[in-house]
Amino acid sequence: MNDTFAPAGQKTKSDKGKLITARVISYIFLGFVTVLSLFSFYLLIINSTRSHAELQAGFTLVPHGNFLNNFLTAWNDTSLIAIPRGMLNSFIIAASTAILTTYFSAMTAYGIHVYDFKGKKFAFNFILIVMMIPTQVSAVGFVQLVNQIGLADTYWPLIIPSIAAPAVFFYMKQYIESSLPLEVVEAARVDGSNEFLTFNAIALPMLKPAIAVQVIFAFVASWNNFFTPALIINSKDKATLPIMISLLRSEINSKAGNLGEVYMMILLAIIPVVIVYIFLSKNIVQGVALGAVKG
Amino acid sequence: MSTQKRKSVSYSKWGYIFIIPFFVVYIFCSLIPLLSTFYNSFFENYRSGLTQIGPNFIGFENYITLFTPNSSGNILIFDYTANTMIMWLLGAIPQLVFSLLLAIIFTSARLKIKGQQFFKTVIYMPNLVMASAFAMLFFTLFSNVGPINQMITAGGGEIVDFFGGVWTARGIVAFINFLMWFGNTTILLMAGIMGIDQSLFEAASIDGASSVQVFFKITLPLLMPILVYVIITSLIGGLQMFDVPQIITAGIGKPNRTTMTLIMYLNNYLSTSKNYGMSGAISVIVFIITGVLSMVVYKSMGMGDSGKKKTKKIAAKGVK
Repeated sequence: MNDTFAPAGQKTKSDKGKLITARVISYIFLGFVTVLSLFSFYLLIINSTRSHAELQAGFTLVPHGNFLNNFLTAWNDTSLIAIPRGMLNSFIIAASTAILTTYFSAMTAYGIHVYDFKGKKFAFNFILIVMMIPTQVSAVGFVQLVNQIGLADTYWPLIIPSIAAPAVFFYMKQYIESSLPLEVVEAARVDGSNEFLTFNAIALPMLKPAIAVQVIFAFVASWNNFFTPALIINSKDKATLPIMISLLRSEINSKAGNLGEVYMMILLAIIPVVIVYIFLSKNIVQGVALGAVKG
Repeated sequence: MSTQKRKSVSYSKWGYIFIIPFFVVYIFCSLIPLLSTFYNSFFENYRSGLTQIGPNFIGFENYITLFTPNSSGNILIFDYTANTMIMWLLGAIPQLVFSLLLAIIFTSARLKIKGQQFFKTVIYMPNLVMASAFAMLFFTLFSNVGPINQMITAGGGEIVDFFGGVWTARGIVAFINFLMWFGNTTILLMAGIMGIDQSLFEAASIDGASSVQVFFKITLPLLMPILVYVIITSLIGGLQMFDVPQIITAGIGKPNRTTMTLIMYLNNYLSTSKNYGMSGAISVIVFIITGVLSMVVYKSMGMGDSGKKKTKKIAAKGVK
């Protein structure tokens, strides 16, 4: 501030001005992006507080008093879809999937990292290569197989395959490489621990941060999955939330439909994940970056 | 020496025990279905009403049908591939621009943006929201009686039939994809930028480089491998586009099949007519395209020693 007269100082001053402009533009852009990300959810929440008549009358950004009413209708009305049932179905599948995926991916990664055995390199490269294959391209054979062994319209075909998740394996493998020293395994061996116990009681707790991230991602991925469940599940009472949500389309188009109820049903389908995210967002966002930075 | 050998032999069986569940399940739930999908593509095997036709071996007949123009002279699989790519591009271009800008803003040592955690949390959130719910929400918001049209009519405009127009319908699908993925891409690119040696930026600023120069001369070239990775994995993801257009158009790709994607095409054959032959042939095509693209990813990341680290660095998350 004192050196305003010096040429160098002038440069700093104009630089400062530039920096402030850059900052202002950045914050405006960030504000815009925030609105972009939240606007549709905001409308969803507002609209879930309004009755069908209010929704048809016009558009507003202010909440109304019909939230509880819409909630009770959406929760109890099972004529088109049964939201509580869908939540339970989705939860059973997503929770089982999340547990199996993380446990067995960690186990596989541990097996490949800790032990030396013939074919280890092949096993690793194999998983790396199949990681990119989309699930959709094997759907034909999978649906056929499921029908042949009589497991159509059950949850098994949606849960069991999660034991083999190449991408989760890969994440675990990276994490183990960076945070599980082999000395720990050897020390356990000296203490007389059996290999299986070492993995469960010593290695797994050390992998907690990676497991936490992957449990969340696996749960969310399964909760949101539409393609495979839509091919496997036929009965109405076994349908998962995404299948149920897809059925709301007719309700929106029909004159007799209740739009407030529709908005509420959509809200109910996404709210569990959003709540979990709000509490764990820091870990989740870090987890995404973790996969990218580690190496 | 001999004791060491014995030691490693005695433990090696545990290696197999630990990886067996993964491989058994993978073989039964993915590998065999994949091979049987290929096998199916050479058979006539579908249901017509209540009668089951086939399976009869017909060689490449399904592939020939797939690439034969229909009565109006269109080769549908080309049309649907084009639809998929157009909707992917419409979403991916703004996604990359936004993500690059955001990644630079967040990592800039000069700007020192406050509240980063908040912004990152907000932009990543759409990625975790059910695509089906997102699609249904937008279908409601943009429907003829929805709030967007209410705003338009309140402003004196005429009702826009968003899902009846080719470009508005495609645009909405692309916009949802953009909204769901730009946060994820931002985080990946940020990690990439933070991986660049900070001393390069310091040296550049001492030499008096402008931020535009820094971006084009340092950030962009060094970010290239990650950028290529992000683009190609996004393309592979784009090829699998299904939930959003399927739900918005009830599986028919309205208007006039211009939002019909490759996987919707596959799904139509598989779920309605149980046509294992035709859907198998489409799967093979998608598999080949994905395979070629994946090779590019592995090549660009360099599967050799020098590039191995880079591959591992980024591959972990992107494929989620």
